[in-house]
Amino acid sequence: MHGIRSKLTPYYLMLPGGLWLAIFFAVPIVMMIGLSTMTGNVISGFGETWQHFGNYVQGFTQYTPEWIRSAEYAGLGCLISIVLSYPIAYWIAFYGGSRKSTYLFLLLLPFFVSFVLRTIAWNYILGDQGLILGPLKHWGLIAPGFRVLATGSAVIIGIVYNYLPFMILPIYVALERVDPTVIEAGRDLYAGSATVFRKVVLPLSLPGVFAGVLLNFVPAASDYVNASVLGGTGNTMIGNIIYDQYFVVQNYPVQASLSFSLMGILLIGIFLYARALGTEEVLEAAAAI
Amino acid sequence: MSAPTISPAPAPAASGSARPKARKPKKTGERLLHWFTWLIIIWLALPIAVVIAFSFNNPHGRFNYSWTGFTLKYWGPKLFAIPNLTTAMEHSLLVAVVATAGATILGTLAGLALGKYKFRGQGVTNLVQFACISAPEVVLGSSLATFFLQVRIQEGALTVIAAHIMFCVSFVAITVRARVVGLDPSVEEAARDLGASPWETFRLVTLPMIMPGVIAGAMLAFALSIDDFITTEFTSGSFMTYPLWIWSVSRQGLPPQVNVMGSIVFAVGVLFAIANSVISRRRAA
Amino acid sequence: MSRRDLFRLGGAAAGGLALSGCAIPGLAKTVTPAQTRAEAARFWPKQKPTRQLSFANWASYIDPNHQSLKEFTKATGIAVSYSEVIEDDNSFYAKIDPIIRSGQATGYDIMVITDGFEFVDLVELQEVVPLDHAMLPTFSKNAIPSFKRSTFDPGNLYSVPWQSGMTGIAWNTKYVKEPITGLDALWDPKYKGKIGMMQDPQELANFGLFRLGIDPDHATEADWRKAANVLSAQRNAGFVRQYYDQSYLNALSQGDVWITMAWSGDIFQQNQSTGNNDLQFVVPAEGGTIWTDNMMIPKGAQNPVSAMKLMDWYYRPDIAAIVTENVQYIPACAPVRAVIEQDAKRKKGANGQTQATLKSLSSSPLIFPPQAELRRTRNYITPKDPKTAQTFKNIFNAITEV
Repeated sequence: MHGIRSKLTPYYLMLPGGLWLAIFFAVPIVMMIGLSTMTGNVISGFGETWQHFGNYVQGFTQYTPEWIRSAEYAGLGCLISIVLSYPIAYWIAFYGGSRKSTYLFLLLLPFFVSFVLRTIAWNYILGDQGLILGPLKHWGLIAPGFRVLATGSAVIIGIVYNYLPFMILPIYVALERVDPTVIEAGRDLYAGSATVFRKVVLPLSLPGVFAGVLLNFVPAASDYVNASVLGGTGNTMIGNIIYDQYFVVQNYPVQASLSFSLMGILLIGIFLYARALGTEEVLEAAAAI
Repeated sequence: MSAPTISPAPAPAASGSARPKARKPKKTGERLLHWFTWLIIIWLALPIAVVIAFSFNNPHGRFNYSWTGFTLKYWGPKLFAIPNLTTAMEHSLLVAVVATAGATILGTLAGLALGKYKFRGQGVTNLVQFACISAPEVVLGSSLATFFLQVRIQEGALTVIAAHIMFCVSFVAITVRARVVGLDPSVEEAARDLGASPWETFRLVTLPMIMPGVIAGAMLAFALSIDDFITTEFTSGSFMTYPLWIWSVSRQGLPPQVNVMGSIVFAVGVLFAIANSVISRRRAA
Repeated sequence: MSRRDLFRLGGAAAGGLALSGCAIPGLAKTVTPAQTRAEAARFWPKQKPTRQLSFANWASYIDPNHQSLKEFTKATGIAVSYSEVIEDDNSFYAKIDPIIRSGQATGYDIMVITDGFEFVDLVELQEVVPLDHAMLPTFSKNAIPSFKRSTFDPGNLYSVPWQSGMTGIAWNTKYVKEPITGLDALWDPKYKGKIGMMQDPQELANFGLFRLGIDPDHATEADWRKAANVLSAQRNAGFVRQYYDQSYLNALSQGDVWITMAWSGDIFQQNQSTGNNDLQFVVPAEGGTIWTDNMMIPKGAQNPVSAMKLMDWYYRPDIAAIVTENVQYIPACAPVRAVIEQDAKRKKGANGQTQATLKSLSSSPLIFPPQAELRRTRNYITPKDPKTAQTFKNIFNAITEV
């Protein structure tokens, strides 16, 4: 009796949460596949036509620039984030002393202000006559026509800003775990600290960097808030198109095919990642936040 | 995921003082890094400063973007002068509380199962959870929206709560699992040997031990829920939450009340996080 | 992740696919005006008066302290919950459409919809309640005749106008030092990167056509494409900073854009609320757009009788004048001009407006447009056939989406 019960216990424990995820996560995504091959319009309804994935062809050919741009902005955002985060994570992990958690806390402060509100705040800061450019233009340091807002740079600034802590944390967690004795040993082996860094510290911290890339790239590539608040003409990302297809055009099949393509591309990346590097780092970083 | 937060990351190694060079006099490189860290902290805080500063602004018209004078009036009774904003904030709090409760219960159970047992299907479960955490929000949102459309469920408070529980549950499960894995199973065994029933063992032994994980998960879920924008927008129908209200009104210009509420949420969040870290440090000491 | 896990995932996916046959049905019916009247005659006798009402409107589209609503509550005992939930027609429609489709209540009894695509969809899909004209005596007495013969809802079967307005060009005099008269300014390299255009395909299409000298009323699909080319060229040359919804106003006041497509009433309200007259507005010589926002009752409304009462209420001249004095758009209620002239004499506006403001209001060609002004304006292009409508949307969305 007891044996059977304990064998079933994990299933009972998993059941409610698992069911919830199945109904509100797995089923909608699978149903989206069906929807993505339908055709029709709002007026006459949408029906299943299995029309040879025409929506997918349309999604990729018509919106090629947006797909490329999403990858470009998210990729550039990731690169900038790594360059900014690594030194910080390194410094906190090795020189933070007793103030480590204080520094990490300060770096997490933006998360205490609403995502939408802090992105809109950048709109004011970066405005053509805003807090930064306004005075510079007033003193004649830059041309009156110069702008940051409504350009790709503004979108990337927004992306880096909004997701930077997701890069700092996993790198920090990885560096924090580096055993000091390993570094000592490295110092004995190779003389220069640059070599120690290159041969010992960097390889050990790479999993953290990868986890950071994953946590940054996925939300950045699919985001539409930064592009619509900070971008201008020619800065639309694939998230904006999905949003438009649902809320503006109400072409649900095209929206579903775009969503599924996005999910598919990112998931393939994520699964390859999970196979190669395991899910631990990401989950740990998520748990550490 | 838009914005997790809360507990200032755990400082797993208290061995900071044992780090090489930690006690040595500062070198130029180290000093540069120190300055750089502060520079980034200031950069990150810039929009927060703007949000807080403009909560004290006294704009003439509907537009609160240029400084026109200091006032405290929006911190007083005028804070609730916009009924729709107040309702939206109430909605946000309601959703966050309910979703946190739901996600914490479901997530804790799942975390226990994943941390304590080996069972068939664990791989799939881990995978689905991982996918759920790393899935882009616009996909989560739009797939739920069309799902509700296809099965003819009307969007509103309930669909928002369902969605929020969905994306929070994995985060809670992970934090709880991390705690469960680190538990010493002999303590539970001892309780059972002393004659405690499985329920008593859970209530009196297991639960108190995993409580820090549960609390951390709940706080994370609350933070994720109250700030969620993208998934909420797709699943809300005509139900307005605080971020949705900000988004829709930002087109016409945000009233200072938005900044005041944002500042209050910020302050409360920071206080909570500090209190949490102080308490956990005391407990550890 | 093992192979077996993948296998199971595949199984779950197959099960889900079976579920995914769920199509989303359309509801389009062709209904003749006689049928609509018959439906109204069937619907209204069953409705009972209620003591509440929920009103969905656009932001800043009513007197700010809601005096006109408070007096309605005083006069009728009906409590109004007023929410500014409409950001633009399409996203509001995308939110309510699934609700009405599933036969449920949106929670709103009155909503304000522009005479564009969404208006047509709501009518075509029978998602709105036909009105009971027996309950609209004040409307039939005071409404300006041309609003009763509108092209989009002749005979006001489903809607009565809330406010009407014009789309033209606005500029910020801090940065643009010349008077603007025509569309050339929106294509002027001087203002490169400082020009705002509207995101809405119907707004955009008209301006593209005006630029080419084509009358939107008689434009063919080929003309649409020509207009789209002109607009793409404008975008590709880097002239257009952004395609805006109502946020253009914020950008214009902040100095992010200097010159932009704009709605007449916005500019007046904005000048009034900032106290300086930095912003100017003109209907371009080549032509401008006139649109009407209409009150409609969504199907499933809980308080339709209250909704009818409110519609009629806003045709009382004193009430309509309160709104006009504050939002400064074109009223559909004829006697409003006389009321405002009187208020100007008494030096007292609905919201403490100065005599000068009231005087300029009562003589403004943008609020009480003379025939000459109206001749220059055109309605939105709204193809009724869904396929043509889709073509139209695709042509002009392609400009703003990139």
